Amino acid sequence: MQDPLAFVIAIAHIAAALALLNGVTTTFGQAKICSQAIESMARQPEASDSIRSTMFVGMAMGETSGIYGLLIAIVMLFANPLVNTMVSYLG
Amino acid sequence: MNLEVNNLWVINVFGHEVWITETIFNTWIIMAVLIVLAVIIRVKLRNFKVIPKGVQNLTEAAVETFDNFAKDTVGDKFSYIAPWFFMVFVFLLTCCLFSVFGLRAPSADWATTFAFSLATFIIMIFMGFKHRKGKYLKSFFEPNVILFPINLIGEIAKPISLSFRLFGNMLSGTILLTLYYSLTPWFVQIGIPAVLHAIFDVAFGALQTYIFVIISFMYVRGAVE
Repeated sequence: MQDPLAFVIAIAHIAAALALLNGVTTTFGQAKICSQAIESMARQPEASDSIRSTMFVGMAMGETSGIYGLLIAIVMLFANPLVNTMVSYLG
Repeated sequence: MNLEVNNLWVINVFGHEVWITETIFNTWIIMAVLIVLAVIIRVKLRNFKVIPKGVQNLTEAAVETFDNFAKDTVGDKFSYIAPWFFMVFVFLLTCCLFSVFGLRAPSADWATTFAFSLATFIIMIFMGFKHRKGKYLKSFFEPNVILFPINLIGEIAKPISLSFRLFGNMLSGTILLTLYYSLTPWFVQIGIPAVLHAIFDVAFGALQTYIFVIISFMYVRGAVE
């Protein structure tokens, strides 16, 4: 704790790594969407085009929360507001 | 390794500073390319044949495909908004292909994608008021008046999540390729990054553009029904 700026930067890196933990549930969600789509395509091949479009929309919806985690990690690393505040405070 | 948007010029307009960033300059380049393409197609369409072939055939196929897609998603009565979304689709698709040439894609900047999703939001509200007049406002209080803040937050979350989806995908593609180019020696930078570009920039970018347009159509359909 001797150097507060180094401490804040270190905590920011740990926070960036923790922010990406939501990738676990994102993967499971997308796998479930895709597996249901494949199963229903096997049951009814003539609706295959419509099922494929709906599957892509569902995958994009599930991907969104994964991207929120990536966004927080990038903000922590590259545009961290608290680090900027500390730098301007320390002079 | 530079992941920030570079500031190219600073000009002074009526006493206010205007920053011309890399994003704005690349948007100008894309605009020039698309306008030249549109003018060439317009000139070639002067000899209009009833049975099309060549450039006319391609153009008619593209516009008709998108029109049918709009009619399927929004319905016949409201498909007059399709030309705006065709422009959005072509512009964002060109942005994805743009990053293959080593320049930074304009949609890797949150400003561009937020501008497009704000336009979708305004179109959604406008269509809601135009086709459902008073009942559109009443639908916010629909199940119960207490749910009004939740409905409001749900409506405001729509343009934010729409913009972040495309921005996050394009930015992660840009970061991956920047890392690849800055951490490897020169002799693996010749043929192999083409595969990475094709997957992370072109394929994911095109998919996210399609998702952007289809989700915009679904928001408009939800607002008018």
